[in-house]
Amino acid sequence: MDFTEHVAKRLLSRHDIPTPPSILVGANWPTTDLARAMSTFEGRPVAVKAQVPAGGRGKAGGVVLTSDPMSAVNQMAGSTLGVHTVDQILVEHQVDIAHELYLAIAVDGSTSGPLLMFSPDGGVDIEASDTPLTIMALSIGSEPDVSELTAVLSEAGCPEPVTEVAQVAARLFAAFVDADAELLEINPLAVTGRGAVVALDGKLTVDDSAAGRQEALARNASVPPTTGLEAKAAEHGLRFIELDGAVGVLANGAGLTMTTMDAITHYGGRPANFLEIGGDAYTLAVPALEVVLANPKVRSLVVNFCGAFARCDVMTGGVIEAWKTLQPDIPVFFSIHGTGMDEAREMVRRELDAEPFDYMDDAIKAAVAAAGEDQA
Amino acid sequence: MILQQGQRVVVAGLTGAQGSFWSERMMAYGTNVVAGISASKAGTEHLGVPVVGSFAEAAERTGLDVAVMFVPPGAALRLTLDAINSGAQTVVVLTEFIPVHDTMRMVAAARDAGTALVGPNTAGIVTVGQGFAGFMPAFNDRIFTPGNVGVVSRSGSLGTLACMELTRVGRGQSVFIGVGGDPVSGTSTGEALQALDAHPGTTAIVLIGEIGGSKEEEAAEVAASISKPIAAFIAGRAAPVGKKMGHAGALIVGDKGTYDSKRAALTEAGVVVVDVPSQLPSALGA
Repeated sequence: MDFTEHVAKRLLSRHDIPTPPSILVGANWPTTDLARAMSTFEGRPVAVKAQVPAGGRGKAGGVVLTSDPMSAVNQMAGSTLGVHTVDQILVEHQVDIAHELYLAIAVDGSTSGPLLMFSPDGGVDIEASDTPLTIMALSIGSEPDVSELTAVLSEAGCPEPVTEVAQVAARLFAAFVDADAELLEINPLAVTGRGAVVALDGKLTVDDSAAGRQEALARNASVPPTTGLEAKAAEHGLRFIELDGAVGVLANGAGLTMTTMDAITHYGGRPANFLEIGGDAYTLAVPALEVVLANPKVRSLVVNFCGAFARCDVMTGGVIEAWKTLQPDIPVFFSIHGTGMDEAREMVRRELDAEPFDYMDDAIKAAVAAAGEDQA
Repeated sequence: MILQQGQRVVVAGLTGAQGSFWSERMMAYGTNVVAGISASKAGTEHLGVPVVGSFAEAAERTGLDVAVMFVPPGAALRLTLDAINSGAQTVVVLTEFIPVHDTMRMVAAARDAGTALVGPNTAGIVTVGQGFAGFMPAFNDRIFTPGNVGVVSRSGSLGTLACMELTRVGRGQSVFIGVGGDPVSGTSTGEALQALDAHPGTTAIVLIGEIGGSKEEEAAEVAASISKPIAAFIAGRAAPVGKKMGHAGALIVGDKGTYDSKRAALTEAGVVVVDVPSQLPSALGA
């Protein structure tokens, strides 16, 4: 789950990391309410920031520095930034910035633990910076040692007050654990002219698998843009991605589904979709097939099952039921192997009068040929 | 992390639908399942073995070498820590959708105790012809046949496919290690390669990877010092950039994680990388 800046900052504030005073306004607020809210800034310089979950927001015009927040908000409300429509805007005090730092904690697959990342060159150009990120492995079960953090940050070129930045890093770790975060990033973390340390932007990604125990956060998650079919699949808990090709794919497990797409491409075709029905979703063949066939670009279908946990007989039963209900006007090519394969293959012969292929490659070649070679 | 003949296997979730289905097949295949764990059914018997309330109790009553988790995500951390603290040598966590912060805690505890943690979100481990722990169709002789090729895979269904392609051309398998599909796991692909390198019954290795993460790039560093022939297939070459394919692809660090990065790293290390899984046997020289 991804979140916009103000959700991340609320998490930071709860963990005593300073953020500028701010007001969150809705794009649909009546003018009188908006005027009343903006009057509290008393003409001070503010930053008006579109709340969209996308990087590079500042460069795309999503951040305006002004002393007239009313007109900036009115201009920004309802506009589009990339694929997102701006429906919430954060207005906050500008800060007298002396230094911009980068500070983040992420789950690291290489060390199987949390990793702290720091750069003294924070801000919008972090990706172009020549200074490599300083990284430090943290242990999940214990609080980081502030004096050790201070030493690492000093060594990495962190300006004064280093101890305060180290404190922020320790609190960032507490917030990271508290939120089941995959990534919690402050960029920039500002050091002001008076030596205060303030988080000016926040980015938060929370583990989807933790949504059940992070209910309050989950309610505020940004909804990623999807096609109509992707949204329909998501209603059934299916992971579906619409692609440009004409060969529909129904397979079990992310790995085998990607492999089916790879093989379609290898044999000269183009896949129409990614759809995984492995794991706990292996009984969902009916809604899965509905989604795949609802895509008008599909001209042939590969059903590729390789059952380990997912039982081929259960999945194939669902496909046959759906096929009989939907009666699609396209050819289908089966490759069925693994747990329950004999029952499943017999069902295909009996119910659909079709012969499953012995080799996955042959099923895919046949589906590519049936879809036609002139795939635009 | 390789299942040894006679090792005492204790199954958490033995009495559940999936736990029963697969444990019965594990036992029929020769796996030495000695007990099950269930808080609500402790004191009973299931599939001819005692059901007890915890791994600590199982360790005392029946002995414990390998723990297998057929349990929901919310129970996985507590039971895995129980198994580690009760002296399991290997813990196989099959559960999908475990919060990654729980997984990080499991991995840290396993490292401290010197326990081999396989998974989470793995299809398990197979020692072909002897036993298996998890949900692989080891008992299907058109997929698994005894031989000398060791197979390591993130995905269970792709591992099944790879073994089937080997069996078709008469190349049997020694060991299957499913390292699991999550971005954070107890056993890395590189560690699995090391185990297969040290395994006397294995003379050649098949590696099945996926885009996302840096498991294959790290495995390439290990592969460079292994003299047994290795063939690899990496799934996801045709996947669109910037879309998360299932649970894979969660964390791409710098240029690592892409298909090209993985293929280049493995090729550099002397691994033969194929375009489709059916090319795996010939890449091993079969």
